[in-house]
Amino acid sequence: MSLRSRLNLVIVQALIISLMLALAGRLFYLQVADGLTYQDAALSIQSRDVVNPAIRGAIVDSSGIPLVMDRPGLVISADRSTLDKLSDKGSAVLARVAKLVGKTPGNVYVITRLCGELPASQSAGCWKGTRFQPIPITRTATTEQALKVLENSELFPGISAQSVPVRSYPGLAGENGAHVLGYVGSVNEDDLADSSKNYYREETIGKDGLELQYDNFLRGKAGIKTVIVDRKESVTKQVVSTQPVPGFNLVTNLDARLQAATENALQTSVLRARSLGGRADGGAAVVMEVNSGKVLALASYPTYDPNIWQVGLTQKQANNLFGESAGVPALNRPLQGMYAPASAFKSVSVVAAMNAGYDMNALYKCPAKLMIGDREFANFETKSQGTINMKRAIAVSCDTIWYQIAYDEWVRDGGLSPKSGLNDYFFTAARGFGLGKTTGIDLPSEASGRLPDRAWKERVYKENKDFYCNFKTRAKKSDLTPFLIEIARENCLDGNILRAGDAVNFSIGQGDTLMTPIQMAQMYAAIANGGTMYKPQVARAIVKPNGQVVKEFKSEVTATNVLSKKSSKFLREALRAVVTEGTAAGAYSGFPVEIAGKTGTAEDKGLNKDGTEKGDTAWFASFAPAVNPKYVVVMVISQGGFGGSISSVGVRDIYAALFGVSGGKVDPEKKIFPNGVPINLPIVDPKNAKLVKP
Amino acid sequence: MSIYSNHSRRDKFRENFGQFDRILTFSVAALLIIGTLLVYAATRNWFAAQGLDPEYYLKRHVVNILIGGLLAYGTTLIDYRLLRAYTPIVWGLAVIGLIIVLIPGLGSEINGAKAWISFPGGFQIQPAELAKIAIIVGISMILAEKRDSDANPTDQDVLKALAIAAVPILLILLQPDLGTVVIISAAVVAIIGTSGAPSRWVVGLLLLAVVGGFTAVKAGIVDEYQVARLQSFVDPSADPQATGYQLRQSRITIGSGGILGKGLFDGPQTNGRFVPEQQTDFIFTVAGEELGFLGSGFILLLFTIFFMRALTIAKRTDDLFGRLVCVGVIAWFAFQTFENIGMTMGLVPMTGVPLPFMSYGGSSMFANLIGLGLIQNVHLRTR
Repeated sequence: MSLRSRLNLVIVQALIISLMLALAGRLFYLQVADGLTYQDAALSIQSRDVVNPAIRGAIVDSSGIPLVMDRPGLVISADRSTLDKLSDKGSAVLARVAKLVGKTPGNVYVITRLCGELPASQSAGCWKGTRFQPIPITRTATTEQALKVLENSELFPGISAQSVPVRSYPGLAGENGAHVLGYVGSVNEDDLADSSKNYYREETIGKDGLELQYDNFLRGKAGIKTVIVDRKESVTKQVVSTQPVPGFNLVTNLDARLQAATENALQTSVLRARSLGGRADGGAAVVMEVNSGKVLALASYPTYDPNIWQVGLTQKQANNLFGESAGVPALNRPLQGMYAPASAFKSVSVVAAMNAGYDMNALYKCPAKLMIGDREFANFETKSQGTINMKRAIAVSCDTIWYQIAYDEWVRDGGLSPKSGLNDYFFTAARGFGLGKTTGIDLPSEASGRLPDRAWKERVYKENKDFYCNFKTRAKKSDLTPFLIEIARENCLDGNILRAGDAVNFSIGQGDTLMTPIQMAQMYAAIANGGTMYKPQVARAIVKPNGQVVKEFKSEVTATNVLSKKSSKFLREALRAVVTEGTAAGAYSGFPVEIAGKTGTAEDKGLNKDGTEKGDTAWFASFAPAVNPKYVVVMVISQGGFGGSISSVGVRDIYAALFGVSGGKVDPEKKIFPNGVPINLPIVDPKNAKLVKP
Repeated sequence: MSIYSNHSRRDKFRENFGQFDRILTFSVAALLIIGTLLVYAATRNWFAAQGLDPEYYLKRHVVNILIGGLLAYGTTLIDYRLLRAYTPIVWGLAVIGLIIVLIPGLGSEINGAKAWISFPGGFQIQPAELAKIAIIVGISMILAEKRDSDANPTDQDVLKALAIAAVPILLILLQPDLGTVVIISAAVVAIIGTSGAPSRWVVGLLLLAVVGGFTAVKAGIVDEYQVARLQSFVDPSADPQATGYQLRQSRITIGSGGILGKGLFDGPQTNGRFVPEQQTDFIFTVAGEELGFLGSGFILLLFTIFFMRALTIAKRTDDLFGRLVCVGVIAWFAFQTFENIGMTMGLVPMTGVPLPFMSYGGSSMFANLIGLGLIQNVHLRTR
């Protein structure tokens, strides 16, 4: 053998050894050095979690009556892995099921398809889960339908019937509670993307109201069955399985009977306002405990049947819920509705005036109208009340007294050129009562109302200056009236300055001032209890199914001494006078419980969609008993008319239920809280709870 | 016809078998046995789940091995030096086969390459496998001719040898089966290098391979699917559903085996059929997942032992032709092993070549065992 030949053989040998070493090195890297990464990757490819959602906790009222709970429902579902193996891919079976449950075969076909299997245009209702989970065809099967499926398994291969939890609203006291309770729904892509929440796609989660606010407690822990699947997603092996852990129950401060009575009073008032020619497009009512902030009832009108979320919202139902034509029933008006407070705001003005040193016992003129600058400000219904003291002024709701005081204070603060070290008595008092800030109630999406103070004016001016200064080119043609053009011109010049008119309007809760009903309730509770602001609290406690208390919610004070003892005392007397001799006297004549309150009738300069002028907002903010107040009750009806004749009557109905008033007498047996608002937690047993008639 | 009916033949078989190189025989036997288990593991659950015979692939694989074994034994019967007489016939058959696969209607296209001739009864033949043997024996013959002294092959001999290799290589390029072209080229370069031909040929051919490969891709001679395979090698996420998917799954399957593996028949990736073509080109992934680093490392060791032992046989023979045939077969097996296992681990781009002695597939198994027979033949005739 030549030397070269031998040498080249050695080279070939070296080459082969290096190739084999390269393979060995790579093998070591993949399996040993980086093996764990690949083991994880393999597991994520092969394993699927089959989620068995937990029983969701119930929401009960303060005496343990269930407001919403999981009830066993019957579901008929399809197993795609079995159906797909049939010669016709299960279409005959699905058609049989469709006939059984009263659906069209086409509909059943669509709802048993994975969303990826259908073109996007036809995928409405498609199954968002995976192939190897049971796909529900109906959740509201009757026992007969379920039995037919179970007894004729040869006719229904791959179809099963079983009981699943369905959210139900027993309404034992006739209450609806749709807004405060909220609703549950399927997890959507946004929820899944939220890394702070460990949702499973198959879970049902709280979407609004208490269901959303306390979802973490109510939801429980889903049971997970991990299976190993092959490339075609058929299950080859079951690996681990955890049992679902039922959710905790939520005890609220609500009372089912009071909630029902409040909803009923609100609806009756709205309908009465309509019968009197008002538009009454919506309303809200709040009942709260004065010394704790416990929310005892929370009603919103218009309302809806919370069950519609269970069956799956159709497009039409969604349009109705969120549409203007039906008055946006989805809106939770007690905390999301914002209304000008009007005369109900005068309690704030009293505090402001007393802080500014005005004597409440002195006599003030209450003329029919007052000239502020070159503008005329009229009293309510342009009626003069003569010369009266402040208590009387509150009782009859004189406006002109407040115009004068607010104007004088505005001038003292420098008028159009505000001086440093402003008193701003009115804004300061309003801020003390929490205007412009959310109350912090334990419900989602609370609105903050609007406090139109100097800072607000400045901010709005910055945002809109461009529009006002180019009004003629920017505004809609229909808005180019001489009046609006003049307003725009003024706003362009000095829209950031608090003008006399602004100060005057603010003193009677008009102009740009907006409050939510829950803010109003919090404010009147503070007036009634001598100056403590409590956070409105709906939830009372979280309780495990075995009764163990997980968490108790105590009263939270958000501010103290928002008004002086003197102001508090004066206001309570003056607000009592409103009911005995003032604007609410008619509504409460002969009522056996001593009520104190303030009416409000807010003018809204805006127009409705159909071009008609908006009606007045009717308020009644009250507390009772007038001495040692326990409850605060607020009702507002948008475009409802007079506060004194609409809302005060509605509130009276709520008090009647609360105190057990019938036939002009208090029947202690019929009181909702004969021993006061419950302090001890009830026994929570939603399945066996019965409504005990008062 | 039967070998068992003839006493003298049976004795001869025993005699021959005893003289076979044991290390070579046992390393291949071990690879064959492990390969059989892996083919079974790759297909058992899959076929059972579809209600088919779980032993379908196992049975056919064993039959392939038995036929291949007979072919290998047959190859050792005649002195390899006499095989030269048959070389033109084998070469001719291979070239005709390679032409037939390119004719539409006659050749079958599988995975983008027209490499198979289908016969009735689901029987398929891959002429490229036959061509490997024809080329190795053919150019060895030309380069070793009249070489009794230490005289080295001339440029003319090398050109002749290249011509013999070029025809089948070009036909395989047309299929296109780049992986096989690379393997044959490696064998050709190794044979020329070992033949004592001028070094410039080796250097020149290597340069040609690099430049040729580059321009082929640039000029679009290489089919789209080849480019796709190359791209998905560079960036496996580029084509997640097809080639990239396969490569990714392949790597994950091997990596998830860890040190000890999931146990034979117990690999979830394998049983879930996550790696396509797992019983053929991706058989090594079964070893990776189920036998782990220890088991698949052992397979690499068996291949290495086989190559080193075959090289020893090549060194030991004084006959240049025998040595060149050995080197050619070794280079073929070594490159094919590297390409195949390297591909499953993402070390080299994807090519559709089977793993010698282990992948399921008749033509390849037959050719591999004939190759083994050739080396054993040289061993038997070395004094």
